[in-house]
Amino acid sequence: MDRNRIDIDGAKDYQRLVQQLAPKPNVARLTARAFLVGGTICFLGQFVFDWFRFRQPTEGEAIAATLATMILLGVVLTAFGIYDDIGQLGGMGAAVPITGFANAMASAAMDFRREGFVLGMAAKMFIIAGPVIVFGILAGILTGLLAWLAKAGP
Amino acid sequence: MDAVTVQRLGQYTVQLSRPPRITAAFTLMGPREGAGPLGPYFDAIVEDYMWGEVSAERAERKYMEQAARRALAAAGLTEGDVDCFIAGDLLNQIVSSTFSARSLGIPYVGVFAACATSALGLALAAMLVDGGFARRALVATASHYQSVERQYRYPVELNIQRKDTNQYTATGGAAAVVAPPEEGTGPRITRVTLGRVVDWGVTDANDMGSAMAPAACDTLLRHFQDTNTTPGDYDLILTGDLAKVGSKVFRALVDRAGVTLGGKHMDGGASMYGDAEWPAAGASGSVCSMAVLLGYVYKEMAQGRFRRVLALPTGCLHSPTTWQQGDSCPGISHAIVLETD
Repeated sequence: MDRNRIDIDGAKDYQRLVQQLAPKPNVARLTARAFLVGGTICFLGQFVFDWFRFRQPTEGEAIAATLATMILLGVVLTAFGIYDDIGQLGGMGAAVPITGFANAMASAAMDFRREGFVLGMAAKMFIIAGPVIVFGILAGILTGLLAWLAKAGP
Repeated sequence: MDAVTVQRLGQYTVQLSRPPRITAAFTLMGPREGAGPLGPYFDAIVEDYMWGEVSAERAERKYMEQAARRALAAAGLTEGDVDCFIAGDLLNQIVSSTFSARSLGIPYVGVFAACATSALGLALAAMLVDGGFARRALVATASHYQSVERQYRYPVELNIQRKDTNQYTATGGAAAVVAPPEEGTGPRITRVTLGRVVDWGVTDANDMGSAMAPAACDTLLRHFQDTNTTPGDYDLILTGDLAKVGSKVFRALVDRAGVTLGGKHMDGGASMYGDAEWPAAGASGSVCSMAVLLGYVYKEMAQGRFRRVLALPTGCLHSPTTWQQGDSCPGISHAIVLETD
């Protein structure tokens, strides 16, 4: 189309028009939702941790049991098609806790199950969660290196 | 040798000499689409997304094949009465169309224009029938929320918060029989303006409406120029899948070009789910514009509410790969004019 005819001067001008007309996200409402959803998940996690704290010999084992429980919860909610609705409601409030990580793994595994156990489910399970693992390991190595250098230093 | 009669208006528009009719149509939609404001216009609603199939891809092709078979039955025809099956969908290698064509056994033309496939299919069918290259043609499109979501975006059950510009892929299949004007009384496809690929640099794949709006505007203005018509000459100007955000941008562009659409404009994607909070922007998917055209418009034309409709379905022609590599989303819009006798 002739941009001059409709008074649009290049991609930047069009971007401005689009931005003017695009709906503005209600940041206060989205933040409140993220806080409530994320807070609820973390409150639940704290409750589970307290329950294990009195039943496990050490705090470390209680933490491990809590993480396993929350991961299981995330996977079960994903399997029943509930966790994506929680994500729509809470945004990063649902994505950041470990239940969100479990959802990222489980949802990908479910989607690619039809393409087989090995090349489908097992391989594609990491399409969303993979970067978290890669950069998690990388951060661990770098931190370890820094700690070692600090110790070896003068 | 006789000179070939040129059936063209202006630079871009085809004027069909004996405009073929849509003699039968069938829209077969999913539960969310059936619950929307256009639900009563659809011929059948399937309450189960998976429709008893093991994968969304298989469900999608079932929607298409069933819609195609039921459109044929509605026209009182069998596969042998149709010379060409023109179909398209959104999946890689347009597999839903191919697998439907496999079981229909009709010579097959696979087309891809993303969500503008409806108009491209109907336009090609009309030109084939008008030119005498096919006695009749069957046109079909389908899309499925789950299969499209996982191909273009994320796993279906992933905790992603969709933006207000995001569109939701409609689930369903829709098909139409295009035949010479002697058959039946359905609306006639009188003019065709094929779209150019228009790309004004929108790189946000979450805002396909804004990526496609320039294409719709381009085709609309070219059509008006070639046919020497104005919005006043049509009872309805139907864009497809611009959804609410894209429609706003489209109207602003048309307005800047000095054309007043008035109350004539309707968008298929914006109408599919009404004013639901989510999906905020509306619907998309190759079935969306086809279903609005063959459900709502086709039936209202039969009732005499619309006599002349300009339909401009729009398609966003990006792939997940091009988008991830930072390319912008090219848009396209094909226009067809439907008229009752």
